[in-house]
Amino acid sequence: MAMTKGDGASGPTAGGGAGQAPAGAPTAGGGAGQAPAGAPTAGGGAGQAPVDTRAPGAADPTPAERRSHVPGAGSPAAEAVERARRDMLREGSSVNRDAADRRERRARIGADVVCEAILRQGVDVLFGYPGGVILPLYDVLGDHPALRHVLVRHEQGGAHAADGYARATGKVGVCLGTSGPAATNLVTGIATAQLDSIPMVAITGNVPGALIGKDAFQEIDITGITLPMTKHNYLVRDANDLPRVLAEAFYIARTGRPGPVHVDITKDALQQETNAPHPSDEEVAAGLPGFRPTLDGHPRQIRLMAEEIARAKRPIIFAGHGVLIADAMTELRELAERTQIPVAWTLLGIGALDETHPLAYGYMGMHGWKHVNRAIQSADLIVAIGMRFDDRVTGNVKTYAPYARIVHVDIDPAEIGKNVAVEVPVVGDAKRVLAALLAMLPVTDPSARVDYLAQLAEWRRESLAGSWHGSGASRPGYLTADFVLEQIGDVTHHDATMVADVGQNQMWTARYAGYRRPHSHLSSGGLGTMGYAVPTAMGAALGRPDKSTWAVCGDGGFQMTIQELATLVQDRIPVRIALLDNKKLGMIRQWQEIFYAGNYHSSNLFGPDFLKLCEAYGIPAWKATSPEEVRPAIEAAEAVDGPSFVWFEIAEEQNVFPIMPAGKGLSDLIEKWGGADE
Amino acid sequence: MSDTHQPAAHAAPPPRTIPGTGTQRRHVLVAIVNNRPGVLNRVASLMRARNFNIESLAVSHVDDPEVSRMTITLHGDDVNVEQATKQLYKLIDVMKVQDVTDDPTVQHELVLVKVRATDRNRGELISIVEMYKARIVDMAPDSVIVETTGTETEVDALIALLRGYGIKELVRTGTVVMSRGPQSIEEATKR
Repeated sequence: MAMTKGDGASGPTAGGGAGQAPAGAPTAGGGAGQAPAGAPTAGGGAGQAPVDTRAPGAADPTPAERRSHVPGAGSPAAEAVERARRDMLREGSSVNRDAADRRERRARIGADVVCEAILRQGVDVLFGYPGGVILPLYDVLGDHPALRHVLVRHEQGGAHAADGYARATGKVGVCLGTSGPAATNLVTGIATAQLDSIPMVAITGNVPGALIGKDAFQEIDITGITLPMTKHNYLVRDANDLPRVLAEAFYIARTGRPGPVHVDITKDALQQETNAPHPSDEEVAAGLPGFRPTLDGHPRQIRLMAEEIARAKRPIIFAGHGVLIADAMTELRELAERTQIPVAWTLLGIGALDETHPLAYGYMGMHGWKHVNRAIQSADLIVAIGMRFDDRVTGNVKTYAPYARIVHVDIDPAEIGKNVAVEVPVVGDAKRVLAALLAMLPVTDPSARVDYLAQLAEWRRESLAGSWHGSGASRPGYLTADFVLEQIGDVTHHDATMVADVGQNQMWTARYAGYRRPHSHLSSGGLGTMGYAVPTAMGAALGRPDKSTWAVCGDGGFQMTIQELATLVQDRIPVRIALLDNKKLGMIRQWQEIFYAGNYHSSNLFGPDFLKLCEAYGIPAWKATSPEEVRPAIEAAEAVDGPSFVWFEIAEEQNVFPIMPAGKGLSDLIEKWGGADE
Repeated sequence: MSDTHQPAAHAAPPPRTIPGTGTQRRHVLVAIVNNRPGVLNRVASLMRARNFNIESLAVSHVDDPEVSRMTITLHGDDVNVEQATKQLYKLIDVMKVQDVTDDPTVQHELVLVKVRATDRNRGELISIVEMYKARIVDMAPDSVIVETTGTETEVDALIALLRGYGIKELVRTGTVVMSRGPQSIEEATKR
């Protein structure tokens, strides 16, 4: 096992750790910083307990150990990073005092309104990148010290980080960029949020109003670009409109079915003086007659729903993202328990029910568990809550759930009947609908479901035993992804926020890590955005600093947003990166193997020496190439204060099974293929 | 799966229908929208992105200066058009959408046709125009402009007759529609 070591602290600055100094950190003047994990030394063998055995104040580490995750502790570069970080966090009290003075001496301008509006929403972090026309905002950011700005390395990372912050906290995520290229860079992240219903406000600067439409430098019609991929968007040319527009933007983003809202502000509006007051939520709602989401389900539909449930012999509940968004986890569990109906979940519904619950049946769809899809295909009733029958869930709609009547609960009426015809539509907020349903639902006699549940249990046993996948076992000579994910889940007590990238790693993360807590699994479900994991984990870690955050990447996706490693270091964001490196675009290779007769074009992927890469960034990193090395490396990475990295060299040709071929149905799962690694 | 499937307690539904595969017909939607810049773009962009084909679209102010009214005609099956109305409804600037296809309505459009006219056939042309309760609104040495209002079918019939004389130019406003009887979509609009 190879590794680089970090000493965890940026230098001997007393309290310099942005309030993150872990217990047992050396006292000021100790000079060494604490070791992150006492990582096993090279050749030290597997199974060595990766626990720091050095007492505080022990002898200085050797020069080789001195490598910090902030570049060369004590070096000019490190000082510069530390200074920039402190400025950004407004740690120095003189900065704060100056800010207050400065703010009082000058008039309130549009840029101040933006900062105030964000703070009024209870959002304390925003992710951005400065540029020409947004500079008036950066000029006043320092005057609003409660607002933490994280300087990302690419605007796409900023949008994903805002997305991660929103998914992890339920608050609205905010990202920021200038006009033109910055705005177009945000687009991928905005589209990701749109397809997964994530509350986000994206703010961009635009050229001064008089230059709009003149093809000015860095001018592009960005509201025209974001129009079809946002819940709503605005172009603001007058600072007096800003309080209303921003309040509306946040209100629209988080109300009803959440989604991203884009606010484009001209440079002159940012600079214009204004006294316009911020409206209240009630005033905002009154000003939006065209936006009245239905929250309460229609009583008649809910009664029909109860009747369907009472009649069904082989029912199954689907939990989607809507359960998590509506915070309906308790109601969902109570519904399952009172009716003795097993619960399956979609990719974004993971965490809606503790996976160890006796009625938790599993993940459905294209790469879902065979027993779950089998239960769907034989069900006589589907109670779908807050999901949208995506093609990755249904496969061919004609052969989908042929015996089932469908009750569909969703807050967005447009989702009902969009992809599959349903028997009982219920429009409303999942929590309110389920609460109303529970009030009229009798307790089901548990004995009525005994045979059904026994059969499902038998199917589950078959499905788990039918393949070495998912057994959690390792195979001699191979390091498999499912084993790695199970170990991460185990080490983190299934309480970490797991952020998946896209591709095979995403499906392994969904299937094998094991989830007990809502909002502990973040994944780009709708758009399938490669490069998602690291920047999203950045936002999630800042939103939920009380939880460990893991970004699980393939070597393809990781290299798409690799630049954000620098952000992790500069802002010391404690993200653990698990790189599942098969030196392939794994899901592409899998499709080429199974559906394109092994024509492996452009699926081999060169990657750098990731340990050296991490060393260059100053991130403590470990490498595991055999099953014995996995757990110690995870534990070592978990113990680091700040970002850390584990490079898992997994079997190069492991596939995700089962897989449903595109255009086929849930009954046509492929469970094995002849390859060496299967 | 059939080996393990147990008969349902009640009748299984017919084979799962796929939304959008039903009988296609012409639908007329009325939308009440905010009278703001860009709203037409939002509506048009949505219809394009969701693959709904607009046949005609008429937009105008109404009595309330804050709102505009759109009449959208499109082809599709009932489920698909219902999906279009739901998607339209999701736009923040759209306050009310109603499919009035099956309601008793007055549906009219206005058309202007510039037709070739010579001294020899001008009289004949004028009598056709009078018969169709249309009128001549402009006359030049070798052409006339005919104006008419009516349902799409009535307008089509007149145009078919005029085509024989040679149509130089033609413009149709697209259908505008209003429900018969006392009810008012504008009064019913959430505000």
